[in-house]
Amino acid sequence: MPGTFKQENTGSLPQFEGPLPPEEYPAISDYALIGDCRIAALISRDGAVEWLCLPHFSGDSIFAAILDRQRGGYFSLRPAQAYTVSRRYISGSNVLESIFRTNSGEIRLIDCVPILTDTKFTSQLQPQRELLRTIEGISGHVDLQLEFQPRPAYGQKRIHIRERGRLGWACKFGNQEVYLRSAIPLHKNGDDMLRGEVTVAAGDRFDFSLNYTRHNINVLTPLGSESQKRQQATVDWWRSWLQQMSYQGAYHEHIERSILTLKLLTYGLSGALIAGPSSSLPGKIGGVRNWDYRYCWIRDAALTLTSFIDLGFIAEGEAFLGWMLHATRRTWPKLRVAYDVYGETHLHEREFRGLEGYRQSLPIRLGNAAGEQHQLDVYGEVIASAYEYVLRGGKLDRSEARLLKGFGRMICEFWRKPDQGIWEARDAPRHYTHSKLMCWVGLDRLLVMAKTGIVHVDMQKIEAERDAIAEFIETRCFDTESGTFMTAADCNEVDASILLLARHGFIDATDPRMRATYDRIQKVLGAGALLMRFPEGFDDFLPPGEGAFLITSFWAVEYLVLAGEIDAARERFETLLGYANDLDLYAEEADPENGMALGNFPQAFSHTGLINAALLLAEAEQKEVTK
Amino acid sequence: MIYVWQPAALLHVGVWGFVATAMLSIVLQGSQGIGLSRLSLPFLVGTVFTGNRDRASVYGFTFYIIGGWIFAFMYYLVFSSVGHHDWWFGALIGALHGLFLLIVAMPLLPHLHPRIATEYDGPDANRRLEPPGFLGLNYGRMTPVTTVIGHMLYGAILGAALPPAIWY
Repeated sequence: MPGTFKQENTGSLPQFEGPLPPEEYPAISDYALIGDCRIAALISRDGAVEWLCLPHFSGDSIFAAILDRQRGGYFSLRPAQAYTVSRRYISGSNVLESIFRTNSGEIRLIDCVPILTDTKFTSQLQPQRELLRTIEGISGHVDLQLEFQPRPAYGQKRIHIRERGRLGWACKFGNQEVYLRSAIPLHKNGDDMLRGEVTVAAGDRFDFSLNYTRHNINVLTPLGSESQKRQQATVDWWRSWLQQMSYQGAYHEHIERSILTLKLLTYGLSGALIAGPSSSLPGKIGGVRNWDYRYCWIRDAALTLTSFIDLGFIAEGEAFLGWMLHATRRTWPKLRVAYDVYGETHLHEREFRGLEGYRQSLPIRLGNAAGEQHQLDVYGEVIASAYEYVLRGGKLDRSEARLLKGFGRMICEFWRKPDQGIWEARDAPRHYTHSKLMCWVGLDRLLVMAKTGIVHVDMQKIEAERDAIAEFIETRCFDTESGTFMTAADCNEVDASILLLARHGFIDATDPRMRATYDRIQKVLGAGALLMRFPEGFDDFLPPGEGAFLITSFWAVEYLVLAGEIDAARERFETLLGYANDLDLYAEEADPENGMALGNFPQAFSHTGLINAALLLAEAEQKEVTK
Repeated sequence: MIYVWQPAALLHVGVWGFVATAMLSIVLQGSQGIGLSRLSLPFLVGTVFTGNRDRASVYGFTFYIIGGWIFAFMYYLVFSSVGHHDWWFGALIGALHGLFLLIVAMPLLPHLHPRIATEYDGPDANRRLEPPGFLGLNYGRMTPVTTVIGHMLYGAILGAALPPAIWY
């Protein structure tokens, strides 16, 4: 068999029946993610690429069937008859393998976005972007069916596909062009669709490559053995990158998949981490909380920085810090909440009606208005990240230290003002506890760095402001009647973000006030191992209805670890692992009633939460063993 | 008739050839940048010598500037032999130059260029560049327009600025 990769035993992998009727939306957890740190594709269990944006994560889509079965566009490769399918990533990589079993035989589909950094590839012309798909016959014979329907600009641009002899099929739209190179004969089905059929016998191999260009002359890649080399090089690149991981402890496999996913979502040309590759996957089916996550939230990058460094990925940690400190220079000393992959701040949000939305969940939003919001915590997140970086042996240069000093000045200037908070409420600003906490963290860490001479600040002033914030949290954000911390000053609600009071060292996790806060949060927001982020009615600007957030659920695990309840933490953590899909990918949310994945997928924040909770738990377990 | 060599002419060809080539580059690269065409002549020239994209761009621009000077000298000879030069005559010669490039040179390119693929053989390990097709239309519908306009501007600058040779 001419397979590129040794086939591993897939007998223990979950099996799914297919295909779904074409008009039916797959579950959000049915998707797999592939990418090359510039673009990301979501592939359904039925072998269809149903989401792909070009030329980068937040570019316009060319396939968006995930948001509209009819108009979105897709590229599918699957058996023509009924089948069962199982999937896995080729170990240590983001290269996807799907095995289709039919009554007559077995085939496997390998999907990747090539990453070619070796000089033997860089000395050859390569396309700006490429999606490479390969079908291999494993046993018997299977009738394969190909359907290719590109619909650029979220289905708004109809295109004419033109045959170009042995070069392939060309689809032009504006100054962009996609070539489909196919190892099997294709025929047009209307102006904008291609179909192809072939019987795949054991030992057969067919490659399909999508070559994309914008602005430039397109480069077309050869198929056959050349494709095989590109696939192998991509697997090697991911494995070689993963070898830097120094962690080998508990939950290693889950952490490995999470860090691979986070790396894939890091834009290679700037070091920015996007929150998720998708847009407008709903927090509730039919609901309106549908957001575009293809941008970089300072908060996510800050949390991820420590995950990377703790796992041994120093270069990535430096890149994140570099992005946070330098891409944000255009707005310095003020920080925006979110930036695009190049540091652009105007993420103009619009409601898009051209597609019907995932299971008719409208509106579809493109762009994100949160980028324009005032959220105080981002200053603290950046300073805390720099602190964690320094704590792990990193060094800041003078200009970086000056940037941090500027952020500290902003905290002193703004912390008394209300903001939109971590949950990006779109109603009136409030004095959120989490925002004040992060202001406290920012000044506290700045003081520590100042004491060791890393930054030069007015220590007396910083100390006084830090203490004032602490007093504000302990008086205005604490409810003496219930004995718990509250979501915001002078209110009587709790939300999951105040669990971080203990995580950031503001208060000991075993302090009765914190314990009471956890108990109340669990009572009000808990749903088994899951935790909603806030109670219904918290934000009146949108109708209620969303799932439980995975990141908040992992925060609860962290709290339990810090409180010394290791068994409870482990049990909760291991239950949460069950909310991943068959490929260990997590959505933003999970439905507390049926566990269904909700929201954008996969979500960087959820994976960061998993890593941080797993590392904390593993460390605590290790300490227990040592005792 | 005897041509009297004017040393200053070479200087004029050098200076105005460079200016005209720069303007041609601005039009062509600008068209590429704003999405009117994907044609990049320097990139096509550079990939004759190397498959490395970065190096191809550097080599390409170098040879492109040299080519611009050589063509400026040829324009100078045309103006001198006709005995007439002004901006519109230069633009006319430029238009002919551009049309020759589009109609004759571009379709020939896949047979001469070591890295351009053909519709008959498809891409291979070396030949990977999309061929330009008739009038360079594979690189965008506006390619013929921007190419001819760029070359008209090139010719117009040379027609207006180059001094005529003196013939006796």
